Amino acid sequence: MTNPLLVDLSRLQFALTAMYHFLFVPLTLGLSILVAMMETVYVMTRRKIWRDMTKFWGLLFGINFALGVATGLTMEFQFGMNWAYYSHYVGDVFGAPLAIEGLMAFFLEATFVGLFFFGWDKLSALAHCAVTWLMALGTNFSALWILIANGWMQNPVGAAFNPDTMRMEVTDFSAVILNPVAQAKFVHTVAAGYVCGAVFVLGVSAFYILRGRHLELAKRSFAIAAAFGFASALSVVVLGDESGYAVTDHQKMKLAALEAMWHTESPPAAFTAIGIPDLASRTTRYALHVPWAMGLIGTRSLTTEIPGITELVEHAKARIRNGLVAYAALERIKVDRKDERARAEFARTQADLGYAKLLTPLIRDPLKATEADIAQAAWSTVPHVPSLFLTFRAMVACGFLLIALFGAALWFTAREAPAPRWLFRVALLALPLPWIAIEFGWFVAEFGRQPWIIEGVLPTALATSELGIPSLLLTLAGFTLIYGVLAVIEMRLMLRAIAKGPETLVEDPAALFPGTSANEGGARLVAAQ
Amino acid sequence: MFALLSDYESLRLIWWVLLGVLLIGFAVTDGFDLGVGALLPFVARTDVERRVAIHTVSATWEGNQVWLVLGGGAIFAAWPALYALSFSGFYLAMFFVLVALILRPVAFKYRSKDESPAWREGWDRALFVGGAVPALIFGVAVGNVLQGVPFHFTDDLRPIYSGTLVGLLNPLALFCGFISLAILVAHGAAWLAFKAEGPVAERARAIGAKAALATAALFALGGLLVWAGAFGGYQVVTPLPGDGPSNPLTKDVIADAGAWLANFRADPRLALVPLLGIVAPLLVAAGFRTRLTGATLLASSLGIACIVTTVGLSMFPVILPSSTHPGHALTVFDASSSRATLRNMLIATVLFLPIVLAYTAWVYRVLRGKVSERDITAPGSPAY
Repeated sequence: MTNPLLVDLSRLQFALTAMYHFLFVPLTLGLSILVAMMETVYVMTRRKIWRDMTKFWGLLFGINFALGVATGLTMEFQFGMNWAYYSHYVGDVFGAPLAIEGLMAFFLEATFVGLFFFGWDKLSALAHCAVTWLMALGTNFSALWILIANGWMQNPVGAAFNPDTMRMEVTDFSAVILNPVAQAKFVHTVAAGYVCGAVFVLGVSAFYILRGRHLELAKRSFAIAAAFGFASALSVVVLGDESGYAVTDHQKMKLAALEAMWHTESPPAAFTAIGIPDLASRTTRYALHVPWAMGLIGTRSLTTEIPGITELVEHAKARIRNGLVAYAALERIKVDRKDERARAEFARTQADLGYAKLLTPLIRDPLKATEADIAQAAWSTVPHVPSLFLTFRAMVACGFLLIALFGAALWFTAREAPAPRWLFRVALLALPLPWIAIEFGWFVAEFGRQPWIIEGVLPTALATSELGIPSLLLTLAGFTLIYGVLAVIEMRLMLRAIAKGPETLVEDPAALFPGTSANEGGARLVAAQ
Repeated sequence: MFALLSDYESLRLIWWVLLGVLLIGFAVTDGFDLGVGALLPFVARTDVERRVAIHTVSATWEGNQVWLVLGGGAIFAAWPALYALSFSGFYLAMFFVLVALILRPVAFKYRSKDESPAWREGWDRALFVGGAVPALIFGVAVGNVLQGVPFHFTDDLRPIYSGTLVGLLNPLALFCGFISLAILVAHGAAWLAFKAEGPVAERARAIGAKAALATAALFALGGLLVWAGAFGGYQVVTPLPGDGPSNPLTKDVIADAGAWLANFRADPRLALVPLLGIVAPLLVAAGFRTRLTGATLLASSLGIACIVTTVGLSMFPVILPSSTHPGHALTVFDASSSRATLRNMLIATVLFLPIVLAYTAWVYRVLRGKVSERDITAPGSPAY
């Protein structure tokens, strides 16, 4: 039985480092595409302003990208460092998408990002534009493979426990790749990244417009961000994560928890718009219901039932009992590897083995569990309802606010008349919204996954490395310190680069003298002055 | 080819080779980036000189570093028990490597964003730490692996490590750390001699020659130490079926001080590899006295490859020996992923690695040519 404090500290460190990493990832996802689109316009029209835009937003992209890369290293190492049993237990399945991410996506992204910054005077305009697109493509592929890995934690398809190796092994790799939860997550997450990039460009451009600076660049950037952002924000909602919530027992539990649906209602269920979920009485106080809405959102039908928390807990009890059969059979296999009856029994019940493991934080030997233990373990499958209820609503609210903002921005940029100043003020104020929505979104997805690290397969409490508390406190403090300092430096550099704005004249001498390299162009510029 | 894809034993051997390929790929490509970082305060004095040194790797270090990320991912996927044990066992050492490596991307990118000397000096230190610390610790890790690591498994195959950080920093391990530091410094110097012009390249030649000689001497001494049994050794004494389940609890292993030489005794031709591990650094040292900078860089790459391969060959089939429970050691035939995963990963590698190599080669071709002070000081120069 692992020390609960060790589990909590390991979770805290993972949450901090992952959420910090994901401050930079969505902006990378969105800006890479936006920059590539701007450069494409440049290649098609050869108008210098689009090249300036590419370079300016590319500069800000670079400041953000450096920290994304740096903090991504932590993620790649941390599974092994802090989650050794997890790594051994599911590495056969979970490791493959991570490795393929490196091979197929990160190499592409990281190799071409260098040329993006340093290849301007070494490549033709078309070749450089291709390099930018390859970099953006690598970024997006990267998200795909990471979300395939993450999707498997939520819906562990295509794998089975092997009693000879005491771990999960892949049985159907294509099922792992085509996992519906992973696909839904990919579309949702990448679209959220595009929204983030678009809000960033929109907000910074609004700042310039309000100040009357760099208007040519700012107005064009504002328009392209408005269109791209509007389409992306609609995608985030329409292609939302919800489609994945009908797939597994725990996804259903997560849905019930974030809606604070304590009991199954007759379909179509009502949507609780606001309210205060109360854990002790298992009710939601001051609830404001919207009839039918939940059933329609969750199931896209009027007749399909959405199970409530209490009913799902009853179901979990049955799975724990079944899992105990698997647990007992596995104990017999450990003693006698050739016990065919035990193997047959295990094969029949192994899908619920993880549920029996939910008992291990409560009792040393799960096979001695009482009815009360089983009930307690079953209730432990309910994630923390109030925090999920709240963060989910905050995320959705941010999403709708952004749709409204992009809609207004698109409306005014499509008209001939100048847009009102309040629009630009709102766009500037909206800058933090995508980050808030995205961090809350991950909170809902991963905190809502608890008590599982792999749904139905392995409880989080069993998955850590056997580390000493002092080691963990040291690294937790170390990461906090370094990440904190880097955050301050990054923000300062970003703000300074924005305040300075694009330097079209000095930065880009070659453009003044077409057909020369940057160096020759610069020399002529100096001579001309 | 198709027979290989279904035969578990062959797949495991291929993935053992690929483990080496990835480590060598990392050490050769990102190795010179680390070496340049470690050399930065010594080969470049003025700000312009430092920018010359940095600009030799500024456009490519990011792609090179992916070898490390891919190495981590591939060990996770192909050798999960090795990933779980080595990363958690060397926990604090890994943390310090991580801190050093986190500083590197930021230092590259942010150094040029401010003209103040204090700012730049600070990031130069970060680049030095980000180069020297990983170069040292990777060798320290190998030194510990050679001696055996204190770990065992429970009957659920939960990995338990029982050592300490201080235990990792034992003299023999530090000795190995100096070998990796020396060869990566020599390699970084070879890169600077190849890619930079002016005083930076000249100083790199002088330091690189010393580092290369030190590599040859230390590596030869290391061979003597292994021969004398200083590192110990482990030998699997029960049969290891090539297609057995990946469960490291089903065999017996004994500590045997001569075991790390057994493979070379069984097939003396293998001794060519460690021999080249000594000769190649000597060629590097000689190369620094000539104008053959490309050949010198190739020789230092060869030296790295031979040194890494020597470690793999001397331990085969053991990958990670246990000093407290020798029978729990991880070997090629009982610590891999399932046959299906090894096969899927091999297909992915065969498909994508050639593409990666092709576009990486193209990028290096685009960026060919030496970096001079003129490139840095020209108006509009994109250099960091």
